[in-house]
Amino acid sequence: MANIDWVIVILYLALVFMGWINIYSAVYDDTHQSILDTSCQYGKQLIWIGAAIVVVIVVMLIDSKFYSTFAYVMYGIGCLLLLSVLLFGREVNGAKSWFEIGTFRMQPVEFAKIAVCLAMARLMSSESFSLKYVRNYMYIGIILGIPMLMILLQNDTGSALVFCTFIFVMFREGMNRILFISAFALIILFILALVVDTSLLMLIVGLLCTIGLAVVCGRNKYTRIVMYSSLVYSAVVVALCVMSPEHAEKSVSYAMIGYGVMAVLMLVLFFISKMKPIVFAMILMIGMGGFVYSVDYIFNNVLQAHQQSRIMDLLGKNEDVLGTGYNVHQSKIAIGSGGILGKGFLHGTQTKYKFVPEQSTDFIFCTIGEEWGLLGITVILVLFGALIIRIINRAERQRSTFSRIYGYGVASILFFHVAINIGMTIGLAPVVGIPLPFFSYGGSSLWAFTILLFIFVRLDADRLQVFR
Amino acid sequence: MIEYKIRKYPIIAIVVLVLIAIWVKALLLMFDDSLKQSAENNSRRRVVQYPSRGIIYDRDGNILVCNEAAYDLMLVPHQIHEFDTASLCNDLGITKETVESRILNAKKYSMYRPSVFMKQIDSKVYAQMQEHLYKYPGFYVQNRTLRKYNGGIAAHVLGDIGEVSEKQIEEDHYYQSGDYVGKSGVERGYETILRGEKGVSIYLVNVKGVVQGSYEDGKYDTVAIQGKDITLTISSDLQEYGERLMANKVGAVVAIEPSSGEVLAMVSMPTYDPQLMVGRVRGKNYDSLLHAPYKPLINRAVSSTYPPGSTFKVAQALVAMQEGVITPNQSFPCDKSKVGCHNHPTPTSVSMGIQMSCNPYFYFVFRRLVQRGIDKNLYKDAAIGLGLWKEKIETLGFNHAFNVGVPGVNKGQIPGPDYYNRLYGENRWAFSTIYSVSIGQGEVLVSPLQMANYASILANRGYYITPHLLKKINGEDYVGEMAQRVETPFERKYFDICVEGMDWVVNKPGGTGHNAYIPGITVCGKTGTAQNPHGKDNSVFMAFAPKDDPKIAIAVYVENAGFGGTWAAPIARLMMEKYIKGEISDPDLERRILTTTILPNATR
Repeated sequence: MANIDWVIVILYLALVFMGWINIYSAVYDDTHQSILDTSCQYGKQLIWIGAAIVVVIVVMLIDSKFYSTFAYVMYGIGCLLLLSVLLFGREVNGAKSWFEIGTFRMQPVEFAKIAVCLAMARLMSSESFSLKYVRNYMYIGIILGIPMLMILLQNDTGSALVFCTFIFVMFREGMNRILFISAFALIILFILALVVDTSLLMLIVGLLCTIGLAVVCGRNKYTRIVMYSSLVYSAVVVALCVMSPEHAEKSVSYAMIGYGVMAVLMLVLFFISKMKPIVFAMILMIGMGGFVYSVDYIFNNVLQAHQQSRIMDLLGKNEDVLGTGYNVHQSKIAIGSGGILGKGFLHGTQTKYKFVPEQSTDFIFCTIGEEWGLLGITVILVLFGALIIRIINRAERQRSTFSRIYGYGVASILFFHVAINIGMTIGLAPVVGIPLPFFSYGGSSLWAFTILLFIFVRLDADRLQVFR
Repeated sequence: MIEYKIRKYPIIAIVVLVLIAIWVKALLLMFDDSLKQSAENNSRRRVVQYPSRGIIYDRDGNILVCNEAAYDLMLVPHQIHEFDTASLCNDLGITKETVESRILNAKKYSMYRPSVFMKQIDSKVYAQMQEHLYKYPGFYVQNRTLRKYNGGIAAHVLGDIGEVSEKQIEEDHYYQSGDYVGKSGVERGYETILRGEKGVSIYLVNVKGVVQGSYEDGKYDTVAIQGKDITLTISSDLQEYGERLMANKVGAVVAIEPSSGEVLAMVSMPTYDPQLMVGRVRGKNYDSLLHAPYKPLINRAVSSTYPPGSTFKVAQALVAMQEGVITPNQSFPCDKSKVGCHNHPTPTSVSMGIQMSCNPYFYFVFRRLVQRGIDKNLYKDAAIGLGLWKEKIETLGFNHAFNVGVPGVNKGQIPGPDYYNRLYGENRWAFSTIYSVSIGQGEVLVSPLQMANYASILANRGYYITPHLLKKINGEDYVGEMAQRVETPFERKYFDICVEGMDWVVNKPGGTGHNAYIPGITVCGKTGTAQNPHGKDNSVFMAFAPKDDPKIAIAVYVENAGFGGTWAAPIARLMMEKYIKGEISDPDLERRILTTTILPNATR
């Protein structure tokens, strides 16, 4: 037990505690004032937290070999749960994804994520496995596809999309880089092209391409120079946006010019070093730019009005602030009105007077924004960032391939949830109902993330006992 | 496997960049002030406390206008959630389509600011609906008061209130959409006195629109200040009597107390019941009155101007004597070749000229006023003469809009040299062009109010108090700019001569206004029969009584009624007798007037 990574544990506890007090704030009203009142959500959440501690202990007591040995068994159980929820589940908010036993409700999809993560780690860590062969992509497709299909059938699109995050794991384990960049970029770009301002998006495209190039030519010292300088440059652009938000548009335009210059620089490098990958990178960069504009064009000129509005609904970008866009609009109001230091704990009017629906669950982040301001947002983002990066770094230290892949899986799942959940509360990502890990109210989600994380902590604690 | 270790960096970079992107976007939201505004609009509800509007009394303390409770159903569109439309329809007795279209209209106006969903719900409906109000998030009730006009008289004087117009909101930020404001009459004239001052309470509300408490413990709340009560100079009895006498006739009556300038009655015919302009029926009634025959919405007493006809001769005599162009004993022949006249003895004095209303006499009087021989050129001489005349005649309150307390006061018209220069060209007109002015025809236009004030000047023998409708504010006598004493430049002796003539008009054989005779009271008056380009002559009469210590000055206009002595004089007589004596000595005359219909197109 001496090898437990206490940093992860402390980060976990900090996030869970903050989640709890924000749930208290989100459902607070003058009639129930005790934070320990178990008839309210915050009281119940406290019970879930207590139970989660017990779960942690159980997870830590189980031998680390158990998880790899029984990975497929658990995957099987997970799929069975998903299947049975389809048959016997209860529909809540249009998604048939809940088991109901008495007053107790459980969402198996949360636990399925653990099972899939274990199965993926087991599959990809086998001796003969290599992402050089198409056959193995097929296995991955099956492992991810079965639960995804069942979750889609439950009408829970958001949770199904979570499994796309394994692309990071595959990338780390040797997926073709061009394939990764293309797949990754296309998914992100497609959504962004519709949600984000075209010029702002081009800034992101520039950033991604720089990163892509750096990946492609990771060991070439010239390209590294370009990569670092472009990161510094991006930082300057961001800083400019921060210092004078009213000129953000202009800063972005300058950024575009900067990226153009960099692209030329890359081209020059190509002729000097005769590095083939750069060709792909260049094509990629141009291709992405073209893709962004063509999505824009197709959306505005080819699609019909009702199709547009359907996509806008899906993306939560609808202007109808009374209808489908209501949640996001109210959430943005909450965050925007918080200011730098926030309105203070229990003083958010949006929060206190319940203007944001689903505030204790999917939209918990706007409580932080309103009551704790930019300060609170910064703290939360730093904590999550630290946790994810810590997991990645720890995963990289594993001797066992299984542990490493599982670690990456945990990091990817957490990242996807944080990015999409927070993204949707501020209008960056489409509104898909997935929780913010450790924050959103609900036992299933809290326990699932706890188990997911602590299996890795358990594996990590045993890393020295594993011999390759 | 070692070769892939490096791939941790791009993955970490992606994580960091995405988190930074989120942070930047959150930051941009913080700088969006409209979001802060939205948060305030969401949670704060400004409930306006409407002050009760001032009560309007008549000079004897009778209530003319008071208030009644009513309720407005308000709506804040962005707070609406799914609600039981059928139940709301049932409560209010309206259709689903109406509900939907009103919600749509409210949304068009503003998502965050309250709109009136349904106006002036009466207490019974309100009591029933109040129980269900919690079921309709976004709706709330605002207390309002409705005006109640007693007695159905003096519609033009009292006026009405209605919803404030967009233009008015822009001009005066006191008003908000949906506020009520005086639209006509003293309701408009004394709007700022009557309206009081709105208060506001700021509440915090939750998403369902349920009040959670007051904002900052009411630090920014203000209390409504009640509107001030006003007492008008109008005598309800006289006003009501005047309206009865003028029933089925078109025209106006204005009566003034000469010593104070207080307007005792202001009748404009046809009239309507002011209560028609209250509540939800206002729009419909307003529309039908707007298109009704003889335009009942016009306050003829102040807004319509007519040629004064022969009543103008008294003014002509005053100016001529003061200017020295004639003496009190001036004699002119009744030369019918100059201007038409009726048969009467030759007037050998100014008083007789007035008594007999001799047209040629005043033809010569006005010729002396205009062509004074100051300039050798006939035309230039006429311009100089007319200029001097205009200056004097206007001191009698002509060509001047009195701030009487109601809107729409018309200043009438006294033609001067400029006017005729525009009309005919400079040096292209002389006395012979404009002689009809001498007998109050042609381009001279006077409102009934000015006519009554003119009678008042004659009653006072030299001055007038600006005619006004406001007597008291909150029970205290009003003394202000509206009631200023104004002197005229004419000498007392000339007034005495004119008044003598007016006495003879009524009380001497051969006087044209014998129908105004009241036993036991010396009435002084002057008839007028003003040619009317639109039809039969208008019947005009102006008078005051008693001759010594006058109590009332009056002007009566009856459109298309013919000779002034026939209809206008008896109406004036009855009004004066009613006011001075309180009873009528000639019931037959009264009955005849009450039962007569004189409408421009009616057969008589």
